[in-house]
Amino acid sequence: MKKVWPILVVDDEEVMSESMAAWLREDGYRVDTAANGQAAVELAKATDYAISFIDLKMPGGMDGIETMMEMRRLRPEASIIIITAYATVDTAIQAMKEGAQEYIVKPCHPQEISMLVSRILKLKKLQSENVILRKKISRKYRHHDIITKNPRMEEILALTQDIASLRSTVLICGESGTGKELVARAIHYSGARADKPFVSVSCAALTETLLESELFGHEKGSFTGAEGQTKGKFELADGGTIFLDEIGDISPKLQADLLRVLQEKRFYRVGGTDEVSVDVRVIAATNRNLPEEVKEGRFRDDLYYRLNVIEIKIPPLRERREDIPLLAEHFVQRIASELGKEVAGISGDALKVLIAYDWPGNVRELENVIERAIVTSRNGTLVDSDFTWLTQRNPAGQDWDVPDVPLSELERRAIIAVLERKRGNVKEAAASLGIDRSTLYDKLKRYEIMH
Amino acid sequence: MNAVYLVAIGSVPSQVMDWIDAIVSEWCPWPVRRLPPLVFPDDSYDTKRGQYKSVEIMKAVARCAPEDTERILGVTEGDLAIPTLTFVFGQAQLDGPVAVVSLSRLRQEFYGLPSDETALKERVAKEVLHELGHTFGLTHCAESKCVMSLATHIGLVDNKEERYCARCGGQLVRRFAAPDGEPT
Repeated sequence: MKKVWPILVVDDEEVMSESMAAWLREDGYRVDTAANGQAAVELAKATDYAISFIDLKMPGGMDGIETMMEMRRLRPEASIIIITAYATVDTAIQAMKEGAQEYIVKPCHPQEISMLVSRILKLKKLQSENVILRKKISRKYRHHDIITKNPRMEEILALTQDIASLRSTVLICGESGTGKELVARAIHYSGARADKPFVSVSCAALTETLLESELFGHEKGSFTGAEGQTKGKFELADGGTIFLDEIGDISPKLQADLLRVLQEKRFYRVGGTDEVSVDVRVIAATNRNLPEEVKEGRFRDDLYYRLNVIEIKIPPLRERREDIPLLAEHFVQRIASELGKEVAGISGDALKVLIAYDWPGNVRELENVIERAIVTSRNGTLVDSDFTWLTQRNPAGQDWDVPDVPLSELERRAIIAVLERKRGNVKEAAASLGIDRSTLYDKLKRYEIMH
Repeated sequence: MNAVYLVAIGSVPSQVMDWIDAIVSEWCPWPVRRLPPLVFPDDSYDTKRGQYKSVEIMKAVARCAPEDTERILGVTEGDLAIPTLTFVFGQAQLDGPVAVVSLSRLRQEFYGLPSDETALKERVAKEVLHELGHTFGLTHCAESKCVMSLATHIGLVDNKEERYCARCGGQLVRRFAAPDGEPT
């Protein structure tokens, strides 16, 4: 059903306000009229008008600009159109400066008002849809995607709420697949920045030059292919939160640039000469041992201390096995409904298999395993035989010929083998290895594997 | 039984009044009757703008409405306007008894073109149905061919068809069927 937008018309001349109201009512709007500024402000206290038309000159009492300022104090988002019979540049400038959305000189063509009203209402509609979507997202990430009864995880959840409204930088450490981004989102969507952007960047996935441009944006022509000025993730996250995943992977130059942003809240776009100021909360994450990286000289200690104002260490899934049944049930319900398959649940024997497994890829691996089981299962309930392949591939449960080479070489060979099997598809290879894509890129870089 | 009254304000060709009589009779279940023409009220002409004040014309039409008025439609050659808008093709009380239609901007001559009776007849019919629709509670329709769609220039009047869309027509018929013309 069409939403009936309320509109207010304010004019001391009744014939003007009533005729305008009648014209707008024919368009299906609910229209109120007020004969002076005070009456308009009183009406605006009770009703959030989508648009208010206010006559500039109203003798004896508040004029149009004063009425508008008072109404905007009550409702900063109010859309106000100032109407005047006397077009002067000064009043137009003043009206716009004080926050009028538009300024029209009466009499104006019906088409002008009609287009103006529909343009403003289209914007209002988008704004209200945006608010609804943001609320939905915020609800989604506040708690219920982090499922746990593990005391350490519960402490982490409590901490995310405590620090949500602070501006302090957060460093989240944990193995791949433990849910570092989920925790970062929980912090963002629980705090005052919840209605502002949450921008996620995987630092391991891009080369130094690309990452620099990705983070800080670039000016037209700053490098081959830079066709126009582009905003970087820091600018896009202005007012909100930037999540820098795999922060341990960034180059020394970017470490210096990042330190500058954290200290001064300003930066330059690539190829730019104008400083850009931003208000961004930084949440960084890594699966590396950063103190070790600092000791080895690969990560700047000053940046480490800047990032590590609040540290959250997420335990691997094998250290919170009590969460496995909860998470497994949650994934079964969610994935089955997404895939449109009727799967009622998971059997006790199957759960035993899952609890016994070590989950090197943590929660993400569990999610992938459940998805695979749902896709291949022919039963209404997932049973232990749906997970047999899991124990067979678990090194702890099987003898295999281990060549006499360093562990890193084993890992390199395993990655190459999986990549070959997946015909170079990094996403699938990462899922198969139980690590996320950025970690796989990191390893490809480290082992100099071309793919 | 109530009636729908037609009244000219100033001089209006009787042929145009006949067209309006026929179109209203075709759509409304009440008898259509004509009142003697009114003279323009003294305060209805805006000398600065060279136009008639639509609100004053509507007031004059309302004043002459007989007891048994179901709806009353004023028709004038005067160019109508309201303070905020440069012109209106017509105006109506939403869900009220009074409406008014101006012929001025429906004539080709207004746009410097040769007179065209066919075009005028079609435009008059559309404007009459549009304003009467408002008096029965219909608001503007998003369907551009529906006679209840908003026309802010003559091109949009010409683009409409001389009929209500299914939704608006249905609403109108339910309204006619309701006792005392109460909104359904």
